[in-house]
Amino acid sequence: MTTKNFVWNIAKKYFTAGLIGLTISDRYASLTAVRGSSMSPTLNPHAGNSSRFAFDDYVLIEKLCLQKYKFSRGDVVVFRSPSNYKEKHVKRIVGLPGDWIDLSSIDTLRVPEGHCWVVGDNAAFSTDSRSHGPIPMGLICGRVTHVVWPPQRIGRIDGTVSILPEVQVHVSEEH
Amino acid sequence: MNRERNRFREREREMGMERLRELTPIVKEALQNTARVANFFCLLHFTGAYMCTVAKLVGPSMLPTFNDGNLVLTERITTRSEKVGSGDVVLVRAPDDPRKVVAKRVKGVEGDVVSYLLDPKKTDELNTVVVPKGHIWIEGDNAHNSHDSRQFGPVPYALLHSRVFFVVWPPADFRSVGNKVLRF
Repeated sequence: MTTKNFVWNIAKKYFTAGLIGLTISDRYASLTAVRGSSMSPTLNPHAGNSSRFAFDDYVLIEKLCLQKYKFSRGDVVVFRSPSNYKEKHVKRIVGLPGDWIDLSSIDTLRVPEGHCWVVGDNAAFSTDSRSHGPIPMGLICGRVTHVVWPPQRIGRIDGTVSILPEVQVHVSEEH
Repeated sequence: MNRERNRFREREREMGMERLRELTPIVKEALQNTARVANFFCLLHFTGAYMCTVAKLVGPSMLPTFNDGNLVLTERITTRSEKVGSGDVVLVRAPDDPRKVVAKRVKGVEGDVVSYLLDPKKTDELNTVVVPKGHIWIEGDNAHNSHDSRQFGPVPYALLHSRVFFVVWPPADFRSVGNKVLRF
């Protein structure tokens, strides 16, 4: 009888802890690993080198931004891929609704309402808005704020946008 | 003199410990109550985000199936397991305003061919579209007064929020929701 009680108590504690952890991870902040080199050198700076063995970066994602959906240019965000609901991508927001994006010397596109233009920092190795167009902001799952692993790279992600030759952004007057 | 001072300090310490002992059960109960509230909140979040939740429908875009002010039960099990099919009524995060969640009917999933009237008031022209991979086509039942995929195009599957399966308010409308469009 006492061992059954004991096991039940332990099970209850684990269940409660799991529930609390799940709620915090869904609503406030969570940790995840970043794969691929599309955000080098901000994230995974050595992933592209085949000669060096490197571990994936782990990052902190905050989800409080999903209450108001208020993002700025330069935010690194995690979003679900528009063509595959199960995949999540990490890229940087370069254009907000209303901005004009220069796709090439002759083509210009306006970012529609409720959408944003995302580009990877390692532009040559990144599939982003240049391939599948502006993404609805409803797809965003969170904003990356800090790198938490490896220890020598712990720190805040900076929110500056580097100037890309392929993508020129003309900021609209309202922002 | 020293002995008196020591005795005085000892008595102070004893009084302090007594106060602490008086307060500990109160502090303990406060912590326990906070823990209970936190647990309840987490349980609420879990059921709301992974199973079933209530929503209030607003607007005329789903007439005559749903009226403005209907309260419906929605579930998230079919949306998370990708079992949403044509004809289901779903709640979707609007692609033009991520803060709004709208109710519409799924008219096509990826790979389907969808035809719709370009402008129901003026012409009879049909526009035919193939729904791309990972997207769905949603339309409101009230074709004349609905802002849906005919205006903003196919919607990525990940914007799906939940599926409506029951109407609970007003009591006259209490019924389960299937995937056939009601014809009056």
